[in-house]
Amino acid sequence: MVSILEQPLAIPGGLRLASNKSQSLRTPVRQARLPERLIVPLSQHIGVPAEALVKPGDKVLKGQLIGRSTDYISAPVHAPTSGTITDVGDYPVPHPSGLNASCVVIIADGEDRAADTGLKIDRVLEADPADIRQQVRAAGIVGLGGAGFPSAVKLNPGPDRQVELLVINGAECEPFISCDEALMCCCTQDVIDGIRIMQHALGAQQAVIGVEDNMPHAIDCLGESLEACGANDIRIVPVPSLYPAGGEKQLIYALTGEEVPSQGLPADLGIVCHNVGTAAAISRALINGEPLISRVVTVTGAGVAEPCNLEVRIGTPIADLIEDCGGYTEDIERLLMGGPMMGISLASDNVPVIKTTNCLLAASQADIAPPKAASACIRCGECAEVCPAQLLPQQLYWHAHARDFDTVQDYNLFDCIECGCCAQVCPSHIPLVQYYRFAKTEIWDQERERQSSDIARQRHEFRLDRLEREKKALEERRAKAKKALNKPKVGDADNKKAEIAAALERVKAKKAQQDANAKNIDGLSAEQQAKISEIDKRRAAQNTTTGE
Amino acid sequence: MEFKTGTSPYLPVSNDLSRLMLKVILGLIPGALCLFLFFGWGVITNLLIATATAVASEAAMLRLRGKPVAPALGDYSAVLTGLLLGLALPPLAPWWIPFIGSAFAIVIAKQLYGGLGYNPFNPAMVGFVVLIISFPLQMTLWSPPSGVEGETLAFTDTLQLIFTGVVPAGSLLDSFTMATPLDTAKTQLGLNYTWSEIVNNPVYGSFAGHGWEWINLAYLAGGIWLWRRGAIHWQIPAGMLGGMFVISLLFYVADSDSFGSPIFHLFSGATMLGAFFIATDPVSAATTPRGRIYYGAGIGIIAYIIRTWGGYPDGVAFAVLLMNMAAPTLDYYTQPRVFGHEKE
Repeated sequence: MVSILEQPLAIPGGLRLASNKSQSLRTPVRQARLPERLIVPLSQHIGVPAEALVKPGDKVLKGQLIGRSTDYISAPVHAPTSGTITDVGDYPVPHPSGLNASCVVIIADGEDRAADTGLKIDRVLEADPADIRQQVRAAGIVGLGGAGFPSAVKLNPGPDRQVELLVINGAECEPFISCDEALMCCCTQDVIDGIRIMQHALGAQQAVIGVEDNMPHAIDCLGESLEACGANDIRIVPVPSLYPAGGEKQLIYALTGEEVPSQGLPADLGIVCHNVGTAAAISRALINGEPLISRVVTVTGAGVAEPCNLEVRIGTPIADLIEDCGGYTEDIERLLMGGPMMGISLASDNVPVIKTTNCLLAASQADIAPPKAASACIRCGECAEVCPAQLLPQQLYWHAHARDFDTVQDYNLFDCIECGCCAQVCPSHIPLVQYYRFAKTEIWDQERERQSSDIARQRHEFRLDRLEREKKALEERRAKAKKALNKPKVGDADNKKAEIAAALERVKAKKAQQDANAKNIDGLSAEQQAKISEIDKRRAAQNTTTGE
Repeated sequence: MEFKTGTSPYLPVSNDLSRLMLKVILGLIPGALCLFLFFGWGVITNLLIATATAVASEAAMLRLRGKPVAPALGDYSAVLTGLLLGLALPPLAPWWIPFIGSAFAIVIAKQLYGGLGYNPFNPAMVGFVVLIISFPLQMTLWSPPSGVEGETLAFTDTLQLIFTGVVPAGSLLDSFTMATPLDTAKTQLGLNYTWSEIVNNPVYGSFAGHGWEWINLAYLAGGIWLWRRGAIHWQIPAGMLGGMFVISLLFYVADSDSFGSPIFHLFSGATMLGAFFIATDPVSAATTPRGRIYYGAGIGIIAYIIRTWGGYPDGVAFAVLLMNMAAPTLDYYTQPRVFGHEKE
């Protein structure tokens, strides 16, 4: 039985970072301008990409399904506004690989006409949990905290798991990002309704919203709304602000004191964790019938003129969004999607906002620093002090650097959440997280190679086995034939004589027959006789003439 | 618009190697000052020669190895090695003692193993051990601490002695030197004097060696400052002082005539310098929190054993090197429990 602690715990390790959230929170959330052209990637989530249902020239309505999910771990995508499809093809997307991916391009008609999505469920809190999951799936809702895992999957704990506690993650721990805080203030009711729906779908007795204790405004907003709608059983717990307290495992620990098992899921503890944004999206889908076609995005950093939070349509090109926020300042140095600790660095602003875009950090040189030259590790252990997974980053680095991938796993490399705390305190400026990513991909690669070589070896062994079998069979057949030939025969010499005699007999008989056949001059007519004698005479005459 | 890319995390890093080393150097100042006050100008020449040699050897080796020289010198690690060795040497030792020790420390013990971060042994202590094994006589040239009866050398006489080996006219080298308290204790216990008799020796101060107790207190103060500033972790000093305290207490309680008191051991010789500045060299020490406690305790216990039964008056240097060898094994077997793993 999990219970919420009276006094939340500080997570192990972690860093106190300057929050830098106030600049984007000066103004309330506003609607972003609707761009003329939207690029909607078919893969904005963890799992199998959606399959395009539209082709160039098609007219679509806002909220219309344009890509369907083809697998359990997948999510459909919807048209963010009404307009015309101009292309379905590969475009740059915000992904660390920098590769292009399949997208649907829509030219907006500006009318923003909505389709009837059929997502609404009347009296949703009495509905069958399976129906709720079905509609959450159909609405294309994925974890909006950043991972983008299909939410319907997380609403299905399976028949043998009892979910006791729903944890709502509002502990936005990374610096600069304030979209969840803004959402908790502007859309409090959506968040609460969403929590109620999820609680009902999961059959969870308790629900708790974990927020960082440096968001008093959000805590007040939530508190008032909960009071107003009599939902006093949903608790709000401020957790100590410490990066990465917003990590799923870290937040669960802070709230309950329980550790999610290594390589396990919160469901193993009877806990399911969803982001506040996901809760609001679920409420909008099931109560208002609106699929996931927009989200709150923080646009911030000293590199943008007017930092703020906006409700942005999925597919809006980042360049348009930045322009909407007053454009870049002269200080712009880098463009990050996500926060400065775990975000990805974008090579260009021609990529669209996707479902997992929580923040665009137009960073100046003061916001982020160009990497300094790394020197050798002196094993000072500062990294181990701040590691939230309680690993020994210095040892992981040592063995990853030496490409000793077995030992690096002995030191539990795969418990690393890549939060970046270690690299942040390293006096030698070693890009530690890069080493861990490198080691992980190498190990995955080796694992794949091992599997394929296992298959190859198996096939080879089967082949040898088959050849051996065939050889044996052949030998057996030969042996049998030989045996048959070598069978000892009785009275060999007599047999031969008899055979010779028989052959002679056969020759005699044949000759006799031939002789018999040659006697075809018997019984000739007189005329024939005369002709024969005439011929004989002529032959004789010829012979004499030629003889002379 | 196009941008440069990179990988997370992106925030400016607050820590810096050279700042860390500078902190340790600052922490040494009270102890070094005390040592100078009690033992005179020889301390300064030792520090200067050892540091200059260390920096020069580091630069020469880096050049030979084809590595960039400036950034490596800029981390002050060679300066620190020179200072630590210089502080451990007797003040009247000839100039080539700090020179050879420091050169050996940097060239052999540090650079030939790959430079900073790759040396399995504490370079300063390797230098010290080479000296004490090779030049045992020169390594005993300690002057009596000021305040203890005996002749003291003027500044120029000290320089003359150190650089030319010439003793001021009309004097003998022996009249300027005096055994350290640890050495005295060892000799006298060997001569069957009881501990209470030894305490009456002029070389003995209020609770440990005369002068040495102050020097050790100053290192302790510098060490605590380092810990408060986050430059060192508490485990190694606590382990070492704890280990030495426990083992010396056991023997002292069992036989207080034949064994020195725990307080004497904690405030004698290189105990405090070792605990806070030498054993805490992170490169050659254990790196897990629990491993560091064992590592420190091992040094404290081995140093006591060498002091009490070994052939040398102090054993901190040998103890550090012995535990350096044990560090990788300690690390492997003292891994902390990882978040989400089974509790033991």
